[in-house]
This record gives sequence, C-alpha cells and structure tokens, in this order.
Amino acid sequence: MKKSFVVFVLGGLLMVLLSSIPEMPPMGNVNNPSFNQVSEYYISQAIADTNTPNVIASIITDYRAFDTLGETTVLFTSITAVISVLSGKKMTSIMKREDSNE
Amino acid sequence: MNDLIVKTVTKLIMPFIQLYGIYVILHGHLSPGGAFAGGAIMGASYILYTLAFGIHEGHKKAPHEITSKIESGGILFFIGLGLVGIVSGGFFLENLSAGFPPGVVGTLLSGGLIPLATFAIGMKVASTIVTLFHRTIEEEMYD
Amino acid sequence: MQILNVILIIFLIACALAVERTKDLIGAVIIFASYSLVMAIIWLLLRAPDIAMTEAAIGAGVTTILFIGVISRTRRMEK
Repeated sequence: MKKSFVVFVLGGLLMVLLSSIPEMPPMGNVNNPSFNQVSEYYISQAIADTNTPNVIASIITDYRAFDTLGETTVLFTSITAVISVLSGKKMTSIMKREDSNE
Repeated sequence: MNDLIVKTVTKLIMPFIQLYGIYVILHGHLSPGGAFAGGAIMGASYILYTLAFGIHEGHKKAPHEITSKIESGGILFFIGLGLVGIVSGGFFLENLSAGFPPGVVGTLLSGGLIPLATFAIGMKVASTIVTLFHRTIEEEMYD
Repeated sequence: MQILNVILIIFLIACALAVERTKDLIGAVIIFASYSLVMAIIWLLLRAPDIAMTEAAIGAGVTTILFIGVISRTRRMEK
C-alpha cells in the first residue's frame, strides 16, 4: 500500500517533468530566453573591461567576485566544522588513557 | 602500505602533478581551468603522497601549522585585494579602475586583480583538501 | 554525437540506480566515481571544459578518497 503510493507519486512527478522536456528551446540557439543583453555585454565587453581573454575567469573573479568570496567562506566554514568535530576524538582518547592509568 | 614500486612511482610523478596544478592556477585567466580545478589538482598530489608513504610522512610534507596558515592567509589576501578598491575610492573588489596594472591582453601578467585572486583561492582550495584528508585519516596516530 | 549523448546519459542513470541499490559502501563509492567521470565527459560535450576539469579532479578524485576515509572509520556494509 505504502510502496504503491510512493511509486504513484514518483511516477506522476516523472510524467510532469518529462512533459516539459519537448517545450525546452534547443541548446545554443540565438533566440533562447537565456541569451539576453547580459551575456551579450559580457561577451562583447569582457576584454575591454578586464584585459582577460577568458570570459569565464573574468566573470568569476571580476564581475561576480563577491560570489567567489562567498564560496571561499563556505570552504572555510566546512573546514572549521570538520576540525572542530574531529579534534574532539583526540582529546577523548588522551583522557581515556589518563583515566586508565589512575 | 610498504611497496617499493608505489613509492618510487609516486616520487617520480608528484612534481609533474604539482607543476600541472600550478600551471592551471597561474593560467586561470588565459585558458580553461582556474582556481578550483588547479587547487584540487595540487591537493590531490599531496593526497597521493600520503596514500603512498603513510600519515606520518604526509604530515612532515604538509604540516597542519603551515596548511592552516595558508588557508586563513588565502581568504584574508582575497579580502585585502577587495579592500584596495575601497581605499582607492571605488567599490569593494573593483578591478582595473581601482588602480591594478592592466598589462597586455594574452600575457601571463595581465588582467589586474584576476591572477592574484586566482592564486589566493587556488592555494586555499589545495590546503583545504589536504587538511580535510589528513583530519579524516589521522585517527590511528593517537590510538 | 546524439547517440553518444544518449548512451552516456543512460549510463549515468544506471550508475545512480546502482549506487542506491548497492549494500557494500565501498562498491557504491567506486560506482559513484565512475558516475563523476561520465559526468565530466558530458560537461566536455556541453562545451564547458573548466567544469569538466573541476568535476574530474574533485568529483572523481577527492570525493572518492574522502568517502573511503570516512567509511574506514565507520562500518563497511549498509544495514
């Protein structure tokens, strides 16, 4: 009963998602809605603005540099969490050793 | 693991992996790649060294004191590059109009802030990967 | 090129199902590494070479190593 309900819900979701695939515009077309004046500006003005032939690098570290700063902050937070969680292991093993000595 | 073939091949191949990582980081503004890919390649070379030689030798190669300083220093250097824009009277993380030298298009030293920021983030990603791996593995050091 | 895309995406779906069905966690991690490699090839076919490099280095290399490190500290078989 429960399994058939899960299969029914997932199957309905699959049908909805599959029905939207033929409506998607073809990849790399000029008339796509994602190809607007923003990407035109990046492609035409990136070398004049940043002196860099790699447009992706100029977007990542110049136009969207604040976003990259956020990504590095995420990395810093993850490493802080890992160190603070896994360093407790060392303390407990040392404390256990001292307890067994007494 | 104590295998002569693995150790010899690791010693031979590690400088080339690191050279490729530094190439990807330094050419991040000219060719495909960039900070995250190059930093991951640099970190993978240290992971290979630790896998071949054990955690104690890996610690001697990349100690926690140095990797944590590189990690904090990378993000602080990136924020400092952003503050240059504010000091020179513009916005945070401003590039050419903040006074960074523009250089010639297509050469290694060009693009103002972009190579410096790529270098800082690449070093930070490499040290993050090395520290994550060593912290996850090093349980047997204390038991 | 169209046929190659279809084959790769079918392989991706099979890998994702196999990761979910496998009880041995190290086997699941190895299948996940092959998933990341095929994903890197698909990024290359979509003309995004830098994403492909990052996926091949982080997804297939570092994530696999970290997963195996975590599995070695916990248990290997899924309950």
